[in-house]
Amino acid sequence: MTDQDKKILVVGGGISGLTAALEAAEAGHEVVLVERNPYLGGRVAQLHQYFPKLCPPYCGLEINFRRIKANPRLEVLTMAEVEAIKGEPGNYTVTIKQRPRFVNEKCTACDKCADAVSTKIKNPFNYGLNEVKAAYLPHELCYPYRYVIDPCIVGEEDGKKAAEACPYDAVNLDDKESEITVEATAVIWAAGWQPYDPLKLETYNFDKSPDILSNVQFERLAAANGPTAGKVLKPSDGQPPKSVAFIQCAGSRDENHLPFCSTICCLASLKHSTYVREQYPDSEVTIYFIDIRAMARNEDFYTRVKADEGVKFVKSKIARIETEGGKLVLEGENTATGAKFKAEHDLVVLATGMQPSTAENKIPADIAYDAYGFPISTDGIIACGTVRSPMEVANSTQDATAAVLKAIQTSVRR
Amino acid sequence: MDNKAICYLCKGCDIGEALNFEGLTEAVNEAGISEVKEHAALCSPEGVAMIQADIDAGATHVLIGACSGRVKSKEFSFSGVVVERTPLREFAVWASDATYEGEEEEGVCRQELGEDYLRMGTAKLGKCSVPTPYKVEGDVYKTLMVVGGGPAGMSAAIEAAKAGSQVVLVEKEAQLGGFLAKMAKRGPETPPYTDLEDVGLDVMISAIEADASIKVFTGATVAKTAGMPGKFDVELSNGEKLQIGGIVQATGWIPYEKENLKDDLAVDLNGVISNVEMEEKAKSGGLGGLNGVAFIQCAGSRDQNHLPYCSAVCCLVSCKQAIMVKDANPEAAVYVIYKDIRTTGQSEEVYREAQRKGVIFIRRDETYPTISEEGGKLAITTKDVLLDDDVEIGELDLVVLATGMKTNNPKMVDSPLIPFDMPDEEGKRLTKEALAQNEQWSVLNLQYRQGPNLPTLKYAMPDSHFICFPYESRRTGVYPTGTVRKPMRLKQAMDDGVGAVLKAIQAIRAAEVGCAVHPRSGDESFPEFAMQRCTQCKRCTEECPFGAINEDEKANPLPNITRCRRCGTCMGACPERIISFKNYSVDMIGSMIKSLSVPEEDTERPRVVCLICENDALPALEMAARRGMKWNPYIRFIPVRCLGSVNLVWIADALSKGMDGVILFGCKRGDDYQCHFVRGSELANVRMSKISETLSRLALEPERVRVDEVAINELEKIPTFINEFMETIEEVGMNPFKGF
Repeated sequence: MTDQDKKILVVGGGISGLTAALEAAEAGHEVVLVERNPYLGGRVAQLHQYFPKLCPPYCGLEINFRRIKANPRLEVLTMAEVEAIKGEPGNYTVTIKQRPRFVNEKCTACDKCADAVSTKIKNPFNYGLNEVKAAYLPHELCYPYRYVIDPCIVGEEDGKKAAEACPYDAVNLDDKESEITVEATAVIWAAGWQPYDPLKLETYNFDKSPDILSNVQFERLAAANGPTAGKVLKPSDGQPPKSVAFIQCAGSRDENHLPFCSTICCLASLKHSTYVREQYPDSEVTIYFIDIRAMARNEDFYTRVKADEGVKFVKSKIARIETEGGKLVLEGENTATGAKFKAEHDLVVLATGMQPSTAENKIPADIAYDAYGFPISTDGIIACGTVRSPMEVANSTQDATAAVLKAIQTSVRR
Repeated sequence: MDNKAICYLCKGCDIGEALNFEGLTEAVNEAGISEVKEHAALCSPEGVAMIQADIDAGATHVLIGACSGRVKSKEFSFSGVVVERTPLREFAVWASDATYEGEEEEGVCRQELGEDYLRMGTAKLGKCSVPTPYKVEGDVYKTLMVVGGGPAGMSAAIEAAKAGSQVVLVEKEAQLGGFLAKMAKRGPETPPYTDLEDVGLDVMISAIEADASIKVFTGATVAKTAGMPGKFDVELSNGEKLQIGGIVQATGWIPYEKENLKDDLAVDLNGVISNVEMEEKAKSGGLGGLNGVAFIQCAGSRDQNHLPYCSAVCCLVSCKQAIMVKDANPEAAVYVIYKDIRTTGQSEEVYREAQRKGVIFIRRDETYPTISEEGGKLAITTKDVLLDDDVEIGELDLVVLATGMKTNNPKMVDSPLIPFDMPDEEGKRLTKEALAQNEQWSVLNLQYRQGPNLPTLKYAMPDSHFICFPYESRRTGVYPTGTVRKPMRLKQAMDDGVGAVLKAIQAIRAAEVGCAVHPRSGDESFPEFAMQRCTQCKRCTEECPFGAINEDEKANPLPNITRCRRCGTCMGACPERIISFKNYSVDMIGSMIKSLSVPEEDTERPRVVCLICENDALPALEMAARRGMKWNPYIRFIPVRCLGSVNLVWIADALSKGMDGVILFGCKRGDDYQCHFVRGSELANVRMSKISETLSRLALEPERVRVDEVAINELEKIPTFINEFMETIEEVGMNPFKGF
């Protein structure tokens, strides 16, 4: 009854897209998964722990990667982006552009190219908080488990060195951008979210102090494979922080920025507070919030953090962060009385929210969006996960699974 | 066809420089494979072609001594033959130094690692055969059963039919609709997210009635569910007998009764109603004529004495109902007394809309407001934390308690795993306590040896890995969805039903193909029972985390293979070693252990075996090795499907072979377990506590066996635990059975 020749195309290899692709393939469908990064896993691969269990995301990713390896119906295209979608439900022609990786499937991840190269680039996996060689493995558990050569050394001496160092003929400096066409019955758009740009919050002076971090950057500080090997340290001097502030709704629930609630930032900051408190029992954490939104069983996690006397909750809206003299002074306002206050902290984390990736990168098809840029699904182009609405991982995996059934419907002849 | 085994050794990734291939070849030959081939880069197209050519020429068993089975899986997957991967690169080269102080001969430690791993690979390979998929007898049933005709269930049925499935929808009430039938309006779900929307029940019911693929049974419940995915024989309360492939349980929620709050709030006062009653009121007569209404949020939810969790919908519901009051009478005074307003995502707009319409929001603290009656009107005194003062609100017609939701699913907890050294009385008491928490009613009436219900986590929520794999219950082919799974808003519950259908379709497909579902998706091996040696001890039927094994009246195990997730917990449990997979058995791992080379006492350092969970601890180990972490070279790792599959006889095998200790690396256990098979790690721990007794009786020190938790990102724990264990063994001394 289903048209097995045609494929389901999944765009985005983060937790939503990865889940959608696997669930579709395990239901017996041919799937092509398109991911912009050189690796799958998206933003969850960059998380140290998931709330509320404080368990490592690698655990679920490893199982998902194993599912991919075991499934011949799933084709993965990394460093690829969709250029155009033409057609109608059940019958789409999708054009995909794939950027060159300069490393082919013969790569064994032996590290010899990285050894040979001296050029360094900002490490995208760590949100630029440290550097990595221009020939690199994106991260330790990455899939595909294959190196990447940054275009900046192609045509340079370092590029040649990388190619010469490879014993397996895996470095191909002539690799070119390629175009791939896929005939698909449906497109699942799971391109995820991007952190709201903290520079847009002008009064927070994000660029004035290295000790003002966004929440996604802070996450990397706690990760064992992050820039500080898992130690939460102030970027300015590499010292442990004594007093850490989390500013909730940094841009979210704000009609000048993101009018909607980003849903996950409360839980993310609660989780971050445990990173700090576990590493530094003498430290103080202050969470400046409007409402704490810990839905369903996540409330247990809030209860647990509230029980920690080292974590203070202050209901207020932070107006400014002053960075004069190397100190970070938060100027806030009591939401009810209007009374102003100042508070000094030595590390400040902005709980910036999630913007749909479609706010910048639209789906190349005739699709409507809501006022914030979240796409509205059609019968054949189905948005799921955080590109559709801000949501946590548990809801993204659920949403992705549901999207697959919708996609299957396009290939059913009734 | 005769078996023909060939071993291939890779010299790439520095393996060639690090190890002496003559020695490796000799070890493989001695272990039983006469043909050994080398290649400079086995994963290269040429290397792979060489192996394929041999397979085409009749090779049936292939041992690949190269890198980990977690990488290059595409290159080294050959159909129709047994392939065993020995990770020389990770286990023998990356994890070791070229030389060690005190070595008898320079480099011998590293070389011994390589040779031992190949001996083990050879031993296992010889015992493996290619799995043949399990086929159920007769036809696989493909009809889906959706239990619960509320929004999630109706949505599941409609979307499943659209995807080509035959569906049976079972609803206990006389009509479809569930809670949707009680609703006046739905909250805003579409842009601009400010306008209340029609309930749309009639549209859904028409869609169901118009669809010949959906068969509806109202006024019916499930009397009996027997069998397994692809082969469920279901009997309804009306006597209907159904052949079902997969099940979606969408039984929804039960309102938390306001009467439960009588110690906290004046629930008996006239005009104090629950949000459910408010919705019914809005539906039946409208909300006209109300001049003063107050909503008290978290009436029972987020309260350790009632429902400790957040019911997720009540803020949205109160915003909606407040808007309905305002729409009926814009002059009405409407208050929402809350702890936190939780209108996530785009629904922030409904909160804004309520504020725009003049609804007043007052933030309270943990104490409940006081409700009183004066002259036929209600009044509330509440703390306003923003003003840091008590405020009084009078002239209220209604006080609406935003009571929360409980999942409509019986609570079923596991009986505790009682360690061997615990006194009988204590064990009995704990078991009794745990079992007393189970609720004596059922939705599905599963005819399973482990009971009629889905096992539940906290708060009777029937999931098992709710972050990564939210649909996975512990009963294969049965997918809880919507508010029975956890509190969620209407729209999400309806979407959730759609996802659950997909999972059920997958389970049916897996039954057809004869492979496992999550997490070992696609695995064609399955446990086979050599029944003539069974002693009816019931361990396998009790310990299976997925309730896959039933019992006959004589306590013989009756495996239901399509329920099985292939973790091997039954294999680990069986004292008679009668349970085996074609490519994983007690004998295989035992033979691997026995194949290790153990020098005579006094000439060497202590040697230990590590049984390591292949899902989490093994990737951690390999990442640690790649990072350059090193550890004692006298440890040998043996990956296992799950610590739950570890059979005690392996410990005995290791110690009688002369190994000085055995260490187990598995996932985190306890409430926040990370074990993909839920109880594997916990079971292993209990079993090991039993063996310490046995060891003591043999005059062996219990310290020789240790279980550790290693999460996939806890790389640094690996060398730490190994070195600690090695020190312990050095203190305890050599195994006295060495050389026997």
